[in-house]
Amino acid sequence: MTEMAQTDTAVRSMDAVAARLKSRYAAERRFRALGLGAILLSVAFLAILLGSIVQKGWTGFIQTQVAVAVTFDPQVIDPDGSRDPLALDTADYATLVRNGMAARLAPDADRNARRDLTGMVSTMATEQLRRMVVANPDIIGTTATVWVLASDKIDMVVKGQVPRQLGAAGNALNDRQLGWVAQLEQSGQVRTTFNTTFFTAGDSRAPEQAGIWGAVVGSFFSLAITLLVSFPLGVATAVYLEEFAPHNRWTDLIEVNINNLAAVPSVVFGLLGLAVFLNVFHLPRSSPLAGGLVLALICLPTIIIAGRAALKAVPPSIRQAAAGLGASPLQIVAHHVLPLAMPGMLTGTILGMARALGETAPLLMIGMVAFIVDIPKSPVDPSAVLPVQIYLWAGSPERAFVEKTSAAIMVLLLFLVSMNMVAIVLRKKFERRW
Amino acid sequence: MIRKTMAVAAVALAAVAVTGTAQARDQIRIVGSSTVYPFSTAVAEAFGKGGKFKTPVVESTGTGGGMRLFCSGVGENFPDITNASRRITASEFENCAKNGVTAITEVIVGFDGIVFINSKSGPKFTLTREQMYKATAKDVLVGGKLVPNPYKTWSDVDPSLPKEPILVYGPAPNHGTRDAYVELVLDPACEHQPEIKAMDKDAKKKACQTVREDGAWVEVSENYTVIQQKITSNPAAVGVITFSYLDQNADKVQAASVDGKVASFESIANGSYPVSRPLFFYVKKQHVAMIPGMKEYLAEFTSDKAWGKEGYLADKGLIASPDAQRKEQAANAKALNDMKM
Repeated sequence: MTEMAQTDTAVRSMDAVAARLKSRYAAERRFRALGLGAILLSVAFLAILLGSIVQKGWTGFIQTQVAVAVTFDPQVIDPDGSRDPLALDTADYATLVRNGMAARLAPDADRNARRDLTGMVSTMATEQLRRMVVANPDIIGTTATVWVLASDKIDMVVKGQVPRQLGAAGNALNDRQLGWVAQLEQSGQVRTTFNTTFFTAGDSRAPEQAGIWGAVVGSFFSLAITLLVSFPLGVATAVYLEEFAPHNRWTDLIEVNINNLAAVPSVVFGLLGLAVFLNVFHLPRSSPLAGGLVLALICLPTIIIAGRAALKAVPPSIRQAAAGLGASPLQIVAHHVLPLAMPGMLTGTILGMARALGETAPLLMIGMVAFIVDIPKSPVDPSAVLPVQIYLWAGSPERAFVEKTSAAIMVLLLFLVSMNMVAIVLRKKFERRW
Repeated sequence: MIRKTMAVAAVALAAVAVTGTAQARDQIRIVGSSTVYPFSTAVAEAFGKGGKFKTPVVESTGTGGGMRLFCSGVGENFPDITNASRRITASEFENCAKNGVTAITEVIVGFDGIVFINSKSGPKFTLTREQMYKATAKDVLVGGKLVPNPYKTWSDVDPSLPKEPILVYGPAPNHGTRDAYVELVLDPACEHQPEIKAMDKDAKKKACQTVREDGAWVEVSENYTVIQQKITSNPAAVGVITFSYLDQNADKVQAASVDGKVASFESIANGSYPVSRPLFFYVKKQHVAMIPGMKEYLAEFTSDKAWGKEGYLADKGLIASPDAQRKEQAANAKALNDMKM
C-alpha cells in the first residue's frame, strides 16, 4: 500500500517535471518566434521602403532626348557675317530650336502652337546650340541633327511616369503636344539615355536640368571639415580622459556631459552654430565651413565615447610591459596603446561621420537649406548637402521632382552603405583579440 | 602621427578662414517667403545663366523669418533682398531702421490666391468665407455670446455642406499665408457681426484672429507638400494652400469655390476671387552699390519675359499684375525709390 503510494507520488512528480519542462520549451519557442517575427517585420519594412524608393526613383537616372534637325541659319545667329565671338555668344538660339521643331512637326504653326513647341524641349537646348556654335563657328549655314534634352513634361510621359491620356493624372501636355510626342516616337526621334546631367549639374528649378553634383561636392567639403576638426579633437580628448586624467569629481562631470551631448537633438547644435560661428566669428552663411564645424560638434561625442571604449579594450599588460621596458607614459600611449586602439576609434569616427552625412536640421539654422545653383569651389562658397537637396526637391511642386528625390535618396544611401562597409572592413582587418 | 594630423588640420582651417574673410561677397543673397520662393528661384536661375554674375542664393525662411534676417543689419553678412507674401509691418520697418536698414525699396511682384483644397476622391466643397470662419475660429458667436467653437462636422456649420468631420490643415504662423488667411478670411467674416463690432480693439483681435486648438485645425510649419500629402491620404480633410501650388497639382486635388467664385488666373488677377493678395519683395538699397549684380537681378525680375502675362513665372503659377501696375513697379525698382510706411 505504502509502496503504491510512493510510486504514485514519484509518477506524479515526474509528470509535473515533464509538464514544467514542456512549458519551458514552449516559452523558449515563443521567444524565438517573437524574435524571428521582429526581424522579419523590420526586414519587410526595409524592403517596402527600399522597394518604393527604387521603384519611384530608378527612372531618375535616365533622361529623354529629342532629335531636332537644326539649321544653323546665319540670318539668325550672325546677320552681319562678322563671326564676332560676342555676337555668337548672345545670339537667339531659342529661335533655332523652335524653327527646327516646327519644320518637323508643324510647318505652319501659329503663335500658340509655337509656344507649345517651345514647351516640348528643355531650355538647356538653347545653351547646347550656343556651345556648339561658339566651339565651332564653321557649322553656321549647315543643317545638323542634334539630340536635345526634352522638357520635364515630355520626359514624364515618355518614361511612363504619367499616363498618356489627355488630362490624366499628372499629364500636363495638351492634345497637340501628345500628338507630336507620338509622331516623334514613331519616327524614332525620341530616345532615352543615361542621365549624366543628374550627376554633373547643380540644383535647378527645371527638373530635367537639376543635378546632385553641387550637393555631393558640398557634402564632401562639409565632411572633410568635420573630419579635420572632430577626429583630432575627439582622439585627443579620449586619450587624455582615459590615460592621463585623474579620476575625480571634475572628470566624472565631464564624462556625464559628454554622454549627454551625444543625445542632444541635432537642431540644438544648429542654434549653437548660428550663435557662435555665424554671429561671433562671422563665418560665411550657407558655407560648408560653418556646416562642417556644426557637424563636427555633433560627431565629437560619438568619437570620444567610441575612442574611450577602444582604449579601455587594450589590455593593461601592454601598458605594464612597455612601462617595464622604460617607456614614458607618452611613449606608452603613442607607441603602443593608441595604434592598438586605432581600429576601434576609426570605426567610431566613420559611424559618426555617417550620421553627420545624413543631417539636415542643424544646417537649416546656418542657411544651408537654400536654392544654390553654382557648384561650390571651396569650403567658403555657399552650398547645399545631399540630405538638404533631397528635402528641397521633396518640397518642389513639379511632378518630375518626385523621381529626382528618390534617385537622390538612392545616391545618399549608397554613400551611407559604403561608409558603413568601410567601417566593418576596417574592424575586421585590424581588430585584435586578446 | 596625431600631432601631424592636428597641425595639418589647424593649417587648413586657418587657410580656409583667412580666404573666407578676405574676399567680399560677390553673390546676391535672398531670404523670405516660401510662397515667393518658386518665383524668386526661377528668376535667380535665369539671371545666373546669363553668365555675368553668380547665381543668387535663395533661402526659404517664411516671410516673418526673412524680415528678421533682412532687418538685422547692413553689411555682407546680411541678406540683400527679402521676399514677402504680405506687406512689411510697421514694427518690422522700425526694427529695420533701428539696425541701420534705412533705405528699402518695395516691389509688388504679382498676385497669389489662397485656395481651400481637398482630395479629388473626396466630396466637392462650395464654401463661403463665413463658413470657413465658423469652421476654423477658436470662439464663435452662438445666440449672441462668444463660446468655444461647437461645430464638429461641416454640416453643423451649414446643412448644405457634407456630413464630414471638420479637419483643416493650414500653414503655421511663420507663413505669410497664415497672416493672409487671418486678414482675408477670418477678419472680414468675423468683424461685421454686431456683437464683435461692439468690442474694443484687443478683444476684437482675440475673438477674430485665433484659430481652433481642439484638433480641427492642424498647423503645418513645413512646406505645402506636407499639406498636400495629408490631404491626399484623408479625402474629407481640407487644406489651406496657395494657388501656385494648386496649379501644379490640379490632377490630385480640387479647390473649393469661395463665395461662389472659382480660383483661376483670371479671377485672381481681376480681383473677383475674394481670397487673393499681392506678393512683394524688399530690396536693401544700401547693398546695391556693394553687391555686384543687384540692379541686373531687379531688371531680370521686372522684365516682361519673367513676370509678364506669358513670362516664365506665369508657368510657375504667378498671377501677373495688370500691365499698368507692372510698368509702374518696374520703374520703381529701376529708380530704387525709398518706401515710406
